[in-house]
Amino acid sequence: MSKYVGASMKRREDPRFIQGRGSYVANLKLPNMAYLAIKRSPYAHAKIKSIKTDKAKKLPGVVGVFTGADTSDVGMLPSGWNVPGIKVPANRVLQTDKVRHVGDRVAMVVAEDPYIAQDALDLIEVDYEPLPAVTDAKKATEAGAPQVHDDVPNNTSYTWALGDKEACDKAFAEADKVVELDLINQRLIATAIEPRAAVAQWDAFKEEMTLWTTSQNPNLTRVVLSAFLIGIPEHKLRLISPDVGGGFGSKIPTYPEEALVPWAARKVGRPVKWVATRSESAMSDTQGRDHVTHCKLALRKDGTITGLHVATWANNGAYISLVASLIPTAFYVTLLSGLYKIPGIYGEVWGTLTNTVWVDAYRGAGRPEAAYVVERLVDAAAREMKMDPIEFRRKNFIPASEFPYQTPVALQYDSGNYAGVMDKAVELSGYSALRAAQAEARKKGRLVGVGIAACIEASGPVPSKVAGALGGVTGFWESGGLRVHATGKVTALTGSHSHGQGHETTFAQIVADELGISIDDVDIVHGDTAVITNGMGTYGSRSTSVGGSALVRSAEKVRAKMMKIAAHQLEAPLDELIYDKEQGKVYVKGVPSKAKAFGELAFAAYTAHNLPEGLEPGLEEDTYYDPANFTYPNSVHIAQVEIDRDTGEVTIQKYVAVDDVGKVINPLIVEGQVTGGVAQGVGQALWEHGKYDENGQLISANLLEYAMPHAHQFPPLQTGRTETPSPHNPLGVKGVGEMGTIASTPTIVNAVLDALAPLGIRHLDMPLTPEKIWRAMQAKS
Amino acid sequence: MYSNNVDYYRATSVADAVKMLQKNKGAKLLAGGHSLVPAMKLRVAQPTMLVDIGRIKSLSGIKAGKKEVKIGALTTHATVAASAELKTACPILSEAAALIADQQVRNRGTMGGSLANADPAADYPTLMLALDATFTITGSKGEREVEANKFFKDLFTTALKSDEVLTSITVPAYGNMPGMGGAYLKHRHPASSYAVVGVAAMIGLMDGKVARAVVVVGGITGNPMHAVAVESALAGLEPTEANIAAAADKMDIEATMGDSYASSEYRAHLAKVMAKRALTLAAQRAGG
Repeated sequence: MSKYVGASMKRREDPRFIQGRGSYVANLKLPNMAYLAIKRSPYAHAKIKSIKTDKAKKLPGVVGVFTGADTSDVGMLPSGWNVPGIKVPANRVLQTDKVRHVGDRVAMVVAEDPYIAQDALDLIEVDYEPLPAVTDAKKATEAGAPQVHDDVPNNTSYTWALGDKEACDKAFAEADKVVELDLINQRLIATAIEPRAAVAQWDAFKEEMTLWTTSQNPNLTRVVLSAFLIGIPEHKLRLISPDVGGGFGSKIPTYPEEALVPWAARKVGRPVKWVATRSESAMSDTQGRDHVTHCKLALRKDGTITGLHVATWANNGAYISLVASLIPTAFYVTLLSGLYKIPGIYGEVWGTLTNTVWVDAYRGAGRPEAAYVVERLVDAAAREMKMDPIEFRRKNFIPASEFPYQTPVALQYDSGNYAGVMDKAVELSGYSALRAAQAEARKKGRLVGVGIAACIEASGPVPSKVAGALGGVTGFWESGGLRVHATGKVTALTGSHSHGQGHETTFAQIVADELGISIDDVDIVHGDTAVITNGMGTYGSRSTSVGGSALVRSAEKVRAKMMKIAAHQLEAPLDELIYDKEQGKVYVKGVPSKAKAFGELAFAAYTAHNLPEGLEPGLEEDTYYDPANFTYPNSVHIAQVEIDRDTGEVTIQKYVAVDDVGKVINPLIVEGQVTGGVAQGVGQALWEHGKYDENGQLISANLLEYAMPHAHQFPPLQTGRTETPSPHNPLGVKGVGEMGTIASTPTIVNAVLDALAPLGIRHLDMPLTPEKIWRAMQAKS
Repeated sequence: MYSNNVDYYRATSVADAVKMLQKNKGAKLLAGGHSLVPAMKLRVAQPTMLVDIGRIKSLSGIKAGKKEVKIGALTTHATVAASAELKTACPILSEAAALIADQQVRNRGTMGGSLANADPAADYPTLMLALDATFTITGSKGEREVEANKFFKDLFTTALKSDEVLTSITVPAYGNMPGMGGAYLKHRHPASSYAVVGVAAMIGLMDGKVARAVVVVGGITGNPMHAVAVESALAGLEPTEANIAAAADKMDIEATMGDSYASSEYRAHLAKVMAKRALTLAAQRAGG
């Protein structure tokens, strides 16, 4: 029996956060520190004719003003995921010839304080020649569209296709019914609560750079900075990502500021700090989603799905961000089978460039876009076939008996019991009562809707071989090391990074149970490359399944070495010893009193007075864990909404989320992840929109305009779980970071469209704002 | 989010503040700082000096009389929302204050600051017009009073002169009067929480009929406006559902405000729907 795994433990990191004692990059103050600010383009697309910095340089308190001409020794921002044939346009850390989105970088100032830096920015004179802009993913490919980069014709950086085209064509040729939709999955702005920030300190004697930065993956960022950007050798470059206040994908990429800040620190010979403002974050952090999609579903008379065709134009923004080309390809088209048995699937993607802020992973990253396509189509099909949407889904689910299941879009689902998840959601939500209440409400003219989404996610990326085959530049293993101290205390090192996920608790639960010691004797260390030599970081719900598994493997190695020491000291053969994970001791089978405690063995490993012949002293083990497959969390969410007939406002009356995320380490954290995820996904369905006007101005660049979800907009969430362990990692976990977000967006849109169905409204694009719904109602009345 | 260089002066009295305003042409009053400071951080507002009146105790507090309630300009939204006196004497103000922004903002933002800022999306201006509030203002020439309908001049523009301080607001204690009821409804912007449309309705009943109807709409024009056509349509009638609906349908204020969240056309529609609902609620309360 595990003592900690499975227990709802409060997060060990929370006392410092709740009391405002977290230590974020922005809190850091170093002696003699200067402040950096970046001059950004007010135009979406313009030629830079000249940049004059004399006035700014003369302002008292200004340490230096630099343009792209000064930073020409910095390399180009690279693409870390290259699908075949991708064209990656040049992207300088400071642009010299052209700006390509509002917020693009043209110069920087280093000053004595951030206020002076801002004043100096206002004194930099940039002469622009504005050019026509394009913002729409699909229009960018049309004839006559403004060209974002001269060397990327038709603004198409890459195209990608996957599936069985023949089977797909056949399904449509033989279909009894075809359901088609044109969908826009709108642009989102990640809006982590902590804006990005960086502090750099150069040691001129050791020629060493330390960079504190808000990264989800400091080791990966170090590799990119060292190999591609600032030329400081990896062993002379230390990255520290201390407490980080949320990322949601926007803190994965290596950013120009992460090169500019250390460059400036070396140049001016002082520590340099940069902290983004909220508006600056909105126009420089990578954004999410932004697909234009045409999709259709082929059906037999009885409601069996036979084919799915999807064509998507994915907006990458003005440049290709670090893993941008992964998101709408291998993280999107591969998920188009959903939870369903669909023989003929074919997906095509055009990855385009526009005069907008660059796009990369955003919570779910490709998988929510896929779930939205599938679940909107499935719901529309059920309505067309006059079938209950739950029955329709059940009919097409992959049966539990058919796992492992090979989809026509590359993935092999390893396990699942989708009908079981559906049963639980139906029961928890009181589905038939919801439908009865809806019928009553409709009689009174009220617009009540019930929405369902049944979704899958491929989590825990990525088997390194698979990544390599699909365009990944790096591997996607994770490191996990255990340093058992002589006094029996344990420091666990992980290449994962926590920026809200709760690793300090979850990982300590795992390690304590694996070694049979108190959780108080385990510390989790992450986010410092001086301590964690290599790591891949946190995204794609991978931390526990990949990073946690690495720690489990290291614990196995620690136990094995302890057994050897115990065998020697107890004078018993190794195969007669038992490692008692409950008590944290090794004893002789059948003679529990003949035992060595964890502390004794740890001490013995370091005194080294009495070790088996040939065994090295010390008790430190490391593991690089490469996942054997993705994991496949899945879910059924059900919501009830009501629409105000007069105003179009949507009220969520009930929300039920049933998720199968595999084995659960800490139910409290899982509940938190599902809750936050649901809110974030509902944010996309109802409120959030990174909106550009036709000139490429970002009109939702601050929180007066960009509508994040608020707690008061939600009813109490009802959550439930089924637990189907992942068969291929030692913990049986699947990952929970993104499932809530993936499922809740289509759940709410389906609920709203269900409410509006009696009025004959079949489709609306997100966000479903009151005016949009009101106009749709007006048009039908 | 870094303001221009600005001097700071902490005023010890209203007279002291007025003197500093006179001496420094680019000076601005700082109260709760929840409109001015964000504007400064965006460099939209660029005062050369901040005259902080936030610690002048006499400017804060609620004094409820039988007929009137006097509210100090520095009284926070949180205080207004929680005030037992206001909940009895002028409940519409507590109702509205509880809808402003979030708890943190309500703890700092002040009634006087909001009114002096005259944001078209603010809640209080709509209320003050509906309540026929009186603003007490102190300047270099002493004290003067301005009626609410003469106070708001345009978007972000009021009758306050550059060296004047709004010191208190007086509203009728309509809660003490029989047959009076009021209601404030707000369509909250999902991002900013400002009012996209705010409607304040007051109903005075006499012998079961509407002796006086007030409907003021905020958010659709530069300053809040009386919906005169609605008010007069309801006067003298019983406040039945049909009468209220017919009156609300006469809403004819031309909406000039609109943005990417809500067009002027939608705002005008909301004003009509919300007027009907606010009048219904006000009539119920007047009858109760």
